[in-house]
Amino acid sequence: MGITMIRAALTTFLTLTVLTGVIYPLAITGIAKLVFPAQATGSLIVENGKVRGSNLIGQSFEDPKYFWSRLSATSLEPYNPASSSGSNYGPHHPDLKKAMEARRAALQALDPRNPPPIDLLTASASGLDPHITPAAAAYQAARVARVRNLSLDRVYQLIAEHSTGRAWGILGEPAVNVVQLNRALDR
Amino acid sequence: MSGNDLTQLGFYLLVLLLCVKPLGNYMASVLEGRRTSTLERGLYRLAGVNPDQGMTWKVYAAAFLAFNALGVLAVYSILRLQHLLPLNPQGFGALEPHTALNIAISFATNTNWQNYGGESTLSYFTQMVGLTVQNFVSAASGLAVVAALARGLASKNSESIGNFWADLVRGTLYILLPLSAILAIFLVSQGVIQNLDGYVPVADSKRVLPMGPAASQVAIKQLGTNGGGFFNVNSAHPFENPTALSNFFQVLSILLIPAALCVTFGRMVNDNRQGWALLAAMVLIFVPLLLIEAQVEVGNMEGKEVRFGTTNSALWAVATTAASNGSVNAMHDSFTPIGGLIPMFLMQLGEVVFGGVGSGLYGMVVFAIIAVFLAGLMVGRTPEYLGKKIEAFEMKMASIAILVPPVCVLLGTAISVVTPMGLSGLQDRGAHGFSEILYAFSSMGNNNGSAFGGYGANNPLVNLTGGVAMFFARYWVAWPVLAIAGSLARKKTVPVGPGTLPTHTPLFVGLLVGAVLIVGVLAFIPALALGPIVEALQ
Repeated sequence: MGITMIRAALTTFLTLTVLTGVIYPLAITGIAKLVFPAQATGSLIVENGKVRGSNLIGQSFEDPKYFWSRLSATSLEPYNPASSSGSNYGPHHPDLKKAMEARRAALQALDPRNPPPIDLLTASASGLDPHITPAAAAYQAARVARVRNLSLDRVYQLIAEHSTGRAWGILGEPAVNVVQLNRALDR
Repeated sequence: MSGNDLTQLGFYLLVLLLCVKPLGNYMASVLEGRRTSTLERGLYRLAGVNPDQGMTWKVYAAAFLAFNALGVLAVYSILRLQHLLPLNPQGFGALEPHTALNIAISFATNTNWQNYGGESTLSYFTQMVGLTVQNFVSAASGLAVVAALARGLASKNSESIGNFWADLVRGTLYILLPLSAILAIFLVSQGVIQNLDGYVPVADSKRVLPMGPAASQVAIKQLGTNGGGFFNVNSAHPFENPTALSNFFQVLSILLIPAALCVTFGRMVNDNRQGWALLAAMVLIFVPLLLIEAQVEVGNMEGKEVRFGTTNSALWAVATTAASNGSVNAMHDSFTPIGGLIPMFLMQLGEVVFGGVGSGLYGMVVFAIIAVFLAGLMVGRTPEYLGKKIEAFEMKMASIAILVPPVCVLLGTAISVVTPMGLSGLQDRGAHGFSEILYAFSSMGNNNGSAFGGYGANNPLVNLTGGVAMFFARYWVAWPVLAIAGSLARKKTVPVGPGTLPTHTPLFVGLLVGAVLIVGVLAFIPALALGPIVEALQ
């Protein structure tokens, strides 16, 4: 029984390894590249043959002429795509409050009107969130229009073009893709 | 919460419950051996296995352990030799022995606790041949054990509880692989990456975009209640979970198989009502905690993604800790104190509210045995479950199964809070710091795998105590469960009489919920009081 058991264990382990660890991922890779080539390789933004980023991966925007992204706690620097991370601050951590206050002050220096929406004051889970809420876009719209000498209507139009609603009208939250929106502003 | 928030939660539960019956019946047909293929038969021939040959519980348990030991050995070796193996475009080096051991145990035990960041540590070879394989076979091992337990309850005067190899292979081939393939392709359509390319440099910057075969692993990590992320931030990463739809189908996949297994169980013990009763108990614990979680997280966007918002983050947190999944789409460390308490408490209940693939249901059946025993004591009835007398041996084994995880959690936490190395990784001090450690060991000691990420747990002390906790929580529960299966299989069935406590009624569901909650509360209220409860009062 000892030898039979060892043979069964080893053979089953090896065959299941080949099946689930080699054939399955390679087959999915093959199908993915055939049917959804852009998605499978990272939804890249390519301009004149150069990779400028990904439509799904957030970037840091600090200039007043851009819509700002959320805070990012990725290691080494914010929005480091090679090292995703949240802040992991506990709800009472002193640095959490400091980070929020610093962001609030920076935003209100440019847009002194009203308290900024909460998503602009907080770090995302991934540190790579490509989205802000529609409220956060609306909050910054007047400033971007002013700095760029654009009409407010035009800015709102661009926001609408890069917004997504809830899937099937129910699921998820409405969001504005900051990476795409800021690229559209620069065009 | 708004009306839309409630609609999202209701829609989720509705879709989940609609899937339960067809999938449960299908899984029963697979585990009863009513599906076969040339591939399956060829595999048995190669391995010298006769799938119809029954095993005693001891042989079954030995096969289960031998196979799992190979898994630990293989993953450990791959991690230590990573620098020499192919498909490593970033040239990642070998891992430290204590880190590698923790990861190997973590993935073999279906825990997927992660003391590393995927995109900065692991090669594609490691992710595929090491980790994806364990995602499949650890879940299939859980399926096998619960199938054996159901057979033990259903058969009479029998020594056999089934054939481990057949259960393992069938679960992998006919349940996990097809579901994963469908989910993986759907996830790619949403933007989850799937390639073997090197990391892509962004022009005119120092930045690189990570790449890799993510979708194939993400699919099984959800369906197999494994939870180990391809990237550091798991399903919060836009390459791992880019849209509301990818999020919905991933969080649905977390509870899909554990919930449907209740139906499978009912079919296998020839009384569908028994399965529904177990499912009802799970739902009764799950829904109130979900509603509280969604309510307390309203407005807390720290550590959450805009596309999911607070409601989908709360739903995920409750689903992933009710099941022993452990993947995350938001950072639990930054949840409100009560928002962090609920996931912790769900793990501490022993991962039986849905729980892991197989392991959740066999855990719940152990609690059902405890519940009939308690009821028997209260009213002076002979405890019976599904026509089998529950006697001293079964109660001993059931007691081991429900006590081992709390012991692992509390001892592991205690060791870490009194040693400098255990405290060294803390980001927060005071009550929240204690919560970080308690969460870590609640997670490892119940094979969940999620974390309060601020706790830097990659040091020899936590890796080794945690490794031991994960090991015991898995095998010292599965082993007594198989012993119960073997002992019950040998017994004759007692006919239903006036003294029988029916185990499919609302009364029994209430008793079962009570047993689960009382054991969890008694074991953990003192520890919770020092952590999240103090925080909530601050």
